[in-house]
Amino acid sequence: MADTTVGKTDTTVGKTDTAEYASPAAWRSHGTTRRSTHALRLRVSAVLVAVTVLAVLLVPPLVQLDQQAVDLAAKLLPPSWSHPAGTDDVGRDLLLRCVYGLRVSLLVGVVAALTATVIGTAVGAAAGSLGGWADRLIMRVVDTLSSVPHLLLGIFIVAMFRPGVWPVVISVALTHWLSTARIVRAEVLSLRSRPYIDAAVSGGASRWRVTVRHLLPGVLPQAGLAAVLMVPHAMWHESALSFLGLGLPTHTASLGTLIQGARGSLLAGQWWPTLFPGLFLIIPTLAIAGLAGVWRERINPRRRSELML
Amino acid sequence: MLELRTVTAGYDRRTPVVRDATLTVTAGEAVGLLGPSGCGKSTLARVAALLHRPDAGEVVLDGIRVHHYRHRAPRDRRTAVGVVFQQPRLSADPRLRLTDLIAEPLRATGRRSSVPGRVAELAETVGLTPDLLTRRPHEVSDGQLQRACVARALVLRPRWLICDEMTAMLDASTTAALVRAVEDYRTDTGAGLLAVGHDRTLLNRWCDRTVHWDTVTAPAAKTLA
Repeated sequence: MADTTVGKTDTTVGKTDTAEYASPAAWRSHGTTRRSTHALRLRVSAVLVAVTVLAVLLVPPLVQLDQQAVDLAAKLLPPSWSHPAGTDDVGRDLLLRCVYGLRVSLLVGVVAALTATVIGTAVGAAAGSLGGWADRLIMRVVDTLSSVPHLLLGIFIVAMFRPGVWPVVISVALTHWLSTARIVRAEVLSLRSRPYIDAAVSGGASRWRVTVRHLLPGVLPQAGLAAVLMVPHAMWHESALSFLGLGLPTHTASLGTLIQGARGSLLAGQWWPTLFPGLFLIIPTLAIAGLAGVWRERINPRRRSELML
Repeated sequence: MLELRTVTAGYDRRTPVVRDATLTVTAGEAVGLLGPSGCGKSTLARVAALLHRPDAGEVVLDGIRVHHYRHRAPRDRRTAVGVVFQQPRLSADPRLRLTDLIAEPLRATGRRSSVPGRVAELAETVGLTPDLLTRRPHEVSDGQLQRACVARALVLRPRWLICDEMTAMLDASTTAALVRAVEDYRTDTGAGLLAVGHDRTLLNRWCDRTVHWDTVTAPAAKTLA
């Protein structure tokens, strides 16, 4: 009895799993619960991501409606059957604008994340495989750039160009490759001490061949995961820049410009012009992050054994 | 001749793993290096294979002093030494099929045209059947994988072979087959061999002479057998 009391006390203060699930039955039950939660998260995330992708790909060509069509007689209408997300301050349908906005934000997020991952992987692989002073020099540059707030650096970059999609992509990509470079470098450093790299060196492989043939394939899962995790982050970054008026031009529907344009309405009591773009930003980004989380657990052997995948 | 002269090496200069090791292998000779676990045999083998720069001392390969190691060493000097590592699982790239594993040094040195013939020849030498060659490392046993690693070490016809506890994890029949493959190669080419291991009986039967680690790191190396 005393043991049970101690076990419960341990649980409340966050002791180890061993103390918390002392009996095999309790551990099995714990594993089943975690697996079902894991499967539910995977299914919900996959469905939401699929719906998002289908919506941004299919709605614009199929619906054939003008998202820029102004109808001042229908301005700031609350959600109804004819306008499920209501209308904005010039009578444009908000649901359609949100889909178009999500399309732009997703495009910016995906392209920026891929670009940042390519840059980060190249820099991290170069630092890890070269080693020595080159590694130290590259990583000090990375540390220096990391010390500057991303948003501040991003604002500085977009300020150098005319407003548009590509300056935002460049801004997000150039400020977000640093974490990928660190991840890839750490993986390369771990892999390059393996005997199969020694065997390749002994077999006459050049540094380039060792990196491309043996090291990079080993880091690609981690780099791919970093890219997927970066997509929602890049979407938020784009929205933040657009909200500050530094990202996309106001006539281009993106989730950031939609939220920025709805600020005045919110103060006047119209909640829907802010709520729906916000939901279109939050739900897909959480779904993408959820899928990436499942991927991370699958490529991490310790987590995989915990989840018994 | 492969000469290690008063080599001091390790992973931290303040605490070297190998101190003042001296060892000579003449052309065509098979030398066994015997020593307990953790004494530094594998580190010395890596120095001899030009994979690890020593902190002090010198390595002389075919009469020329070695100044550069790993990628900095000229390719023809690196490939003059074939290495077989102790653990085949760790020394095989998990993404490569066995045929690519064996052919990798040929491709890395621009000899793609000789891949099919040389791989088939070596597969037969080490006892790998064609169906095994299409498998990846996780689909074969340790013994089968080590056979592929031996074939990889021989594929460029090195003048020197370093076998770092090559048979430590293997059964007697695989051990016999791999030792036979190495000896057949040496008979054909006259390559020198440095075999590192724990098994005194095996090394005594396999090698022309066996030296104990204590004698290698002492000023004058003594021959045990």
